[in-house]
Amino acid sequence: MTEDQRLIDIKIDELLEKVIGFHAAGYRLVQIGCTKTDVLEINYSFDKDYNFVNLRIVIPSVDIEIPSVSSIYWSAFLYENEISDLYGIKIKNMAIDYKGNFYRTTVKYPFNPQNTGSSGEGIPS
Amino acid sequence: MTKRTIIPFGPQHPVLPEPIHLDLVLEDELVVEAIPSIGFIHRGLEKLVEKKDFIDFVYVAERICGICSFIHGLTYCIAVEEIMKIKVPERADYLRTIWSELSRMHSHLLWMGLMADSFGFESLFMHTWRMREKILDIIENTTGGRVIFASAKVGGVRRDIDSATLKSISKSLESYKNELKEITDIFIKDSSVQHRLVGVGVLKKGQAYELGAVGPTLRASGWSIDTRKLGYAAYKNIDFEPVVETSGDSYARCVVRIKELFQSIDIIRQLAGKIPDGPIEIKITGNPDGEFFARTEQPRGEVIYYAKANGTKFLQRLRVRTPTFANIPSLVKMLPGSSLADVPVLVLTIDPCISCTER
Amino acid sequence: MQFFVMAKTVLKSLFRKPATVKYPFGPKMLSEFARGSISIDISRCIFCGMCQRKCPTGAIVVTREEKTWNIARLKCITCGYCVEVCPKKCLQMSNQYTEPMLTKHEDLYKNA
Repeated sequence: MTEDQRLIDIKIDELLEKVIGFHAAGYRLVQIGCTKTDVLEINYSFDKDYNFVNLRIVIPSVDIEIPSVSSIYWSAFLYENEISDLYGIKIKNMAIDYKGNFYRTTVKYPFNPQNTGSSGEGIPS
Repeated sequence: MTKRTIIPFGPQHPVLPEPIHLDLVLEDELVVEAIPSIGFIHRGLEKLVEKKDFIDFVYVAERICGICSFIHGLTYCIAVEEIMKIKVPERADYLRTIWSELSRMHSHLLWMGLMADSFGFESLFMHTWRMREKILDIIENTTGGRVIFASAKVGGVRRDIDSATLKSISKSLESYKNELKEITDIFIKDSSVQHRLVGVGVLKKGQAYELGAVGPTLRASGWSIDTRKLGYAAYKNIDFEPVVETSGDSYARCVVRIKELFQSIDIIRQLAGKIPDGPIEIKITGNPDGEFFARTEQPRGEVIYYAKANGTKFLQRLRVRTPTFANIPSLVKMLPGSSLADVPVLVLTIDPCISCTER
Repeated sequence: MQFFVMAKTVLKSLFRKPATVKYPFGPKMLSEFARGSISIDISRCIFCGMCQRKCPTGAIVVTREEKTWNIARLKCITCGYCVEVCPKKCLQMSNQYTEPMLTKHEDLYKNA
């Protein structure tokens, strides 16, 4: 293992409070990324002095709205627009909301679990 | 009140090697606001991981970016190796580090050339790229490719460099230093270069950290943060300190990259002296199961590969956060207050690589 | 702040040979190890299809019955993975690049 990585599972309504805590402690936002398993997971990664910490929220369905952290970390708006464009997750109060025009994809919400349509066609297996 | 004009900048613009679009709100000649927009070249490479064997995917990962291709492949390998708890042979670690540094050098020289081009110094651009060609020759002689190395693999590396070649590389780089200094001195000392770079696009120390900037953009604002210090591959055995500048303007970002060039030569010299003998790869058995965030330092900054596997030969998710993605917010905050003529310089100063940003 | 820092470099280049190669009038510089194109010694091929299965872009098509080995040169990314997995070592990486072509044709090798 090159480094220890802490992973903290939290609930959606705890998110803002926890992120404010990280901001106050002087962490920088490394990335926000969504993962599709049976449910949708969003990882918020922070780093301070090479100390890597992850917050994870689990979203049972795409209809649930999650709060934006872009009022705390302004740079988060890019990651959040990416998630909402690729997965179709609704995010409230983003600093800049591109309303689905951040990524110009032919298929709307290509990574969305309900989207089983034409994605992946034409790829050599 | 002055009249406000909105100027669309990009995605096609002579200074931009890759498509990014900026809506610039201007008051006379001054930018007051900038709204970025990307997404012209989203290729869906992250989705492709669900269709490709995790061992074969390294070839796709390498092609996420054409300039830092090796480090992309390397980071992918590190992510999978960490999940599978594989210890890579030490010689492979050293070779990976040597190639990482060579690719950092060729990327920085490419950037310097483009930068010279963006402020209109065409002959400097030509000379910088003449210097870059020598690095590309070394890369071609050791890996077979000029920009796509195809040398990283899960469990080690695919090629070896014999010790005679390593010695000659490290020796030729020493003499290369003097030639390089002649070119980099122009960037550092020439008045016309300074005129275009000093004080342009200042990113204050606190601001850079707050906006999540990475790589030379962050280090030019006075932060000594370099992911290589985590000690992945062979960096744990190497003695180096991150290059830091404090003024935070375009000139500082240029100086950081120039100093990193010389630092890379020094790192390669150390590596060539320390490299142990032994195997260069180990056999992989089984499939990965678990998750890991691999972090490495690319020429442009920190890159994150998040891999999640569920015990099959296809990864469940691969997320790539490239350094340019993290640097776009800083660019947006740098632009207000600068004049329209400085916008091309500022866009290039973060070393944008939009294709890898969108994957 | 200095002026004419570039002058030395400019003067030097006046008397130096061009840094570029005068291709096609002069020879092009090719590294011995350059990954140019894949070549096959078809007489040794056993048509196992290993290269076809491993090819990341699907450029190689092998048929066992007709004993053919087919490569789409424009699809091939010359990663050299096929050379590595070939059990008979009949595939080779040559340092000659594929010649420019007007149509997307494929190279067919047949063992009669």
